[in-house]
Amino acid sequence: MSGRVAVAMSGGVDSSVVAWLLSREDPSVIGLSMLLWDRSQENTHGRCCGALDLGDARRVAQQCGIAHYTLKMADDFRRYVVDPFVDDYLAGRTPVPCTRCNTFIKFDLFLERARAFGVDTIATGHYARIVAGAEGWELHQARTIDKDQSYYLFELTQAQLAASRFPLGDMDKERVRELAREAELLVAEKAESMELCFVAGGIKDFVEAQAGAAPERFAVPVTAASSLVDSGGTELGRGEPYYRYTVGQRRGLGLTAPSPLYVLAIEPEENRVVVGGAEELRLPGLIGERLHWIGRPPVGPIEATVRIRSRHPGVCSLVTPLAEDGLVRVEFATAQRGVAPGQAAVFYDGTRVLGGCWIQQATPA
Amino acid sequence: MGSLYLDHNATTPVEPRVVAAMMPWFERAGNAASLHELGRRGREAVETARDQVAALLGAAPPEIVFTASGTEANNAVVQTVADTHSDGHLVISAFEHPSILAAAARLEERGFAVSRVAPEPSGRVMPEAVAAQLRRDTRLVCLMLANNEIGSVQPVAEVAALAQARGARVLCDAVQAVGKIPFTVGELGVDYLTIGAHKFYGPLGAAALWIGRGVEFSPLLVGGSHERHRRAGTLNVPAIVGFGAAAALVDEELAAWSDHMLEVRDRFEAGLASIGETRVHAAAVPRLPNTSNVAFLGVDAEALMVRLDLRGFAVSTGSACSSGVVEMSETMKALGVDENEAVASLRISFGKDSTGAGVEALLTALREEVAALRELGAEGASV
Repeated sequence: MSGRVAVAMSGGVDSSVVAWLLSREDPSVIGLSMLLWDRSQENTHGRCCGALDLGDARRVAQQCGIAHYTLKMADDFRRYVVDPFVDDYLAGRTPVPCTRCNTFIKFDLFLERARAFGVDTIATGHYARIVAGAEGWELHQARTIDKDQSYYLFELTQAQLAASRFPLGDMDKERVRELAREAELLVAEKAESMELCFVAGGIKDFVEAQAGAAPERFAVPVTAASSLVDSGGTELGRGEPYYRYTVGQRRGLGLTAPSPLYVLAIEPEENRVVVGGAEELRLPGLIGERLHWIGRPPVGPIEATVRIRSRHPGVCSLVTPLAEDGLVRVEFATAQRGVAPGQAAVFYDGTRVLGGCWIQQATPA
Repeated sequence: MGSLYLDHNATTPVEPRVVAAMMPWFERAGNAASLHELGRRGREAVETARDQVAALLGAAPPEIVFTASGTEANNAVVQTVADTHSDGHLVISAFEHPSILAAAARLEERGFAVSRVAPEPSGRVMPEAVAAQLRRDTRLVCLMLANNEIGSVQPVAEVAALAQARGARVLCDAVQAVGKIPFTVGELGVDYLTIGAHKFYGPLGAAALWIGRGVEFSPLLVGGSHERHRRAGTLNVPAIVGFGAAAALVDEELAAWSDHMLEVRDRFEAGLASIGETRVHAAAVPRLPNTSNVAFLGVDAEALMVRLDLRGFAVSTGSACSSGVVEMSETMKALGVDENEAVASLRISFGKDSTGAGVEALLTALREEVAALRELGAEGASV
C-alpha cells in the first residue's frame, strides 16, 4: 500500500483548510469530493453537495497544488441517507442523516472507493479528535465544544478510526478561518452551512415531495389532517399530517391552552399526534437499538453521560445492554425533555465517545 | 513530461510553429470585417487560412465556414434539417459524438424520426445496416469518419453513396480523423464535413464546417454578413490563423506522423502481453493509427486512470462505475460491450511526439497499477 492520504473536500472552509494544512506537509496528498446529491439544476451555494461547491473544492485543491477528483455517489447517498431519512419521518421518527452519511458513505463506501486510488488514510474537516488509547483508537470531542461533531461519529469502528484523521479537532473555528485567510483560500469567507446538505427548503416539504415523487418507494404518506390528542386520547383539534411534527416541538401546534403544549409522541398508524404539558415531556429514559461500541463492549451496566440529540448538554445515565441483540436500556439520573425516536443517544465518558444507539422508544414516566 | 501526455483524442498541444504563426494576430487590432488597412490584413490572414484548410480537405475555399467548435458545426447541420423541412427522418450511427446525438434527439422531440444504427461489436458500422434504415423521407445521414473512443474508421464513402441514392444528405464528423489518416471530401462524397483545429496541434476555438456546393444550409448564428452569411460573429483571427497553419502542417507531414504513431501504438499493444488479461477494442477493423482502447479485465479503469494521473500519465476513460452503477459511454453501449469490460476500458491516444521511451514508462506503470488493483479486487472479493 502506498500510504496515500486523501482529503474529503466539500468545498467548505473546514475541509479546505485541512487540504491546505496536509498539502504543506505532504505534496502527495490528494483531494476527493463526493457528488452526493445532484442539484445542478438548483444552483444554490453554501451547501456541501452542490455543483458550485464541488467547483470550489476543485479550485481550492488547485490552490493547494494537489490533485483532485470527484466521485459520483448520488445513488449510494439516496439509498443510505435520503430514502431512510424520508422513511423515518413517515414512520413518525426524527432522523439524524449526518450520522448515517458518516457511517455508510464517508467512512465506508467513500473510503473503499478511495482505496482503489491507492489511498489508505482519509482526512476530513470534522471537529472531533482521534486519540490512540491503551486499548485501541478512541474518539473524543473536539477541543472547542461548541463546534464538536463527535455526536455524529458514534458509529465509527476501530478500523475506520485507524484510517481517518481529523486535523481540526484541536482548533477553534476562528483559527480555521485565520488559516484560510493566511493561505488566501478562496473559500476563506464562505458562509457556514447550517442546514442539511440535500434539503433546499423546509424539511417537511422535502419529505412530502420525495414521498410524492416516488410513491412506490415509500408507504404512501397520509396527507390527511392529523388528530391532535392529549395523553388521555381526547382530541384537542385537527392539525397538519403527522409527519410534519417532531417530538418536543412547541410552536405551530395551533392549539390554545392555559400552559404551553408540546408534541409528546407521533402515531403514524392512527395519524395522531399526542400533545401535553412540559411536565409530561420529561421522561426517565429510553430503549435504544443498533447499539454500537467504539472500543471493547463493557460487561454489564455502565455509567455514562448520554446526549439524546446533537445540541443536548448530556445527562448522567445508567446504560444497560439488554439480552436481545443490539438493544440497550438507558436510565437518566434526571428526567429529560424531548426523547425522540429516530435520534441517536450517544454515550460519553468525559470527552470520550464510548458508543451509542438509536432511540427506539422513550421509557414511559 | 510531454511523453506522458497520452490523451491526444481529447486535445493536442499546440505545435510551436502554429503558435508562432498566431502570435502577431494577438497583438494587432483589426476586425477582419472592417474596411481599413488593419481590417483588410486580418481578412487576408483569414482567407489564407481558409485556403490552407480547403487544401487539406481537397475542397474549394468558399465551401469552408469557420466555426468556434466541431460541436457548433455539427449542431448547425442537424439544425438545418429542422429549418428546411417540417418533418422527416434522420439516420445516425449510435456512437456519434454527443453533439450529433443530442442535436438529433432534439429534432426527435420536435416530431422528426431518428434511426440509430448500432455498429458491429468489431467497431464498424455496416453500410447495409444504414441502408436498411433509409426511407423516402430520410433527410440526413450522420456517420463519423473515425470514432473518438475506439478509433475505428467508418465506411463513410459507401454509406454516403447509398444515402445520396435515396435522396438524403450526408454529414461526416471527421474531427478525430484529421492529422491521423488521409482523406478528401471528394473521396468521401459527403455533403457536409466537420473538423476542429485542436485535434491536430492547432488552437482551441477554431473549427470548420465544409458544405458541398449547392447544398442547403441554415445558419445557427445570425446577425452579420460574416462567412458569407453562414456564420455571424466576429472572426477569431488568431485561432483561425493557427488553424490554417496546423492544416498546412498536416498536409506536409501526415504520412510521417501517421507512420510514427502506428509504430508507437504497435509497440504499446505488443507490450500489453506482459500485463495479461487485456483486450484491445476495434483491433480487427481499420483503426486510427494513434488510438488504443484497452480493457484491463477485472480492473476499474477509473481508478487506474487516477493512479496513472498521480504518476504523471494523462489517459482517459469512456465509462465509469459510480455508486455500483455502471455509467457506460454511448460508444461502449452502442458496441454492446459488457459492463465489466466497459468499466475496465482505458483509452490511450498517442500523438506525433509520443516516444518509445514514453511507451515503456507507461507499460511499467500499467503493470504495477493493474497488478495492485487486481490484488485489491481479489481482497475485496474474498471478504
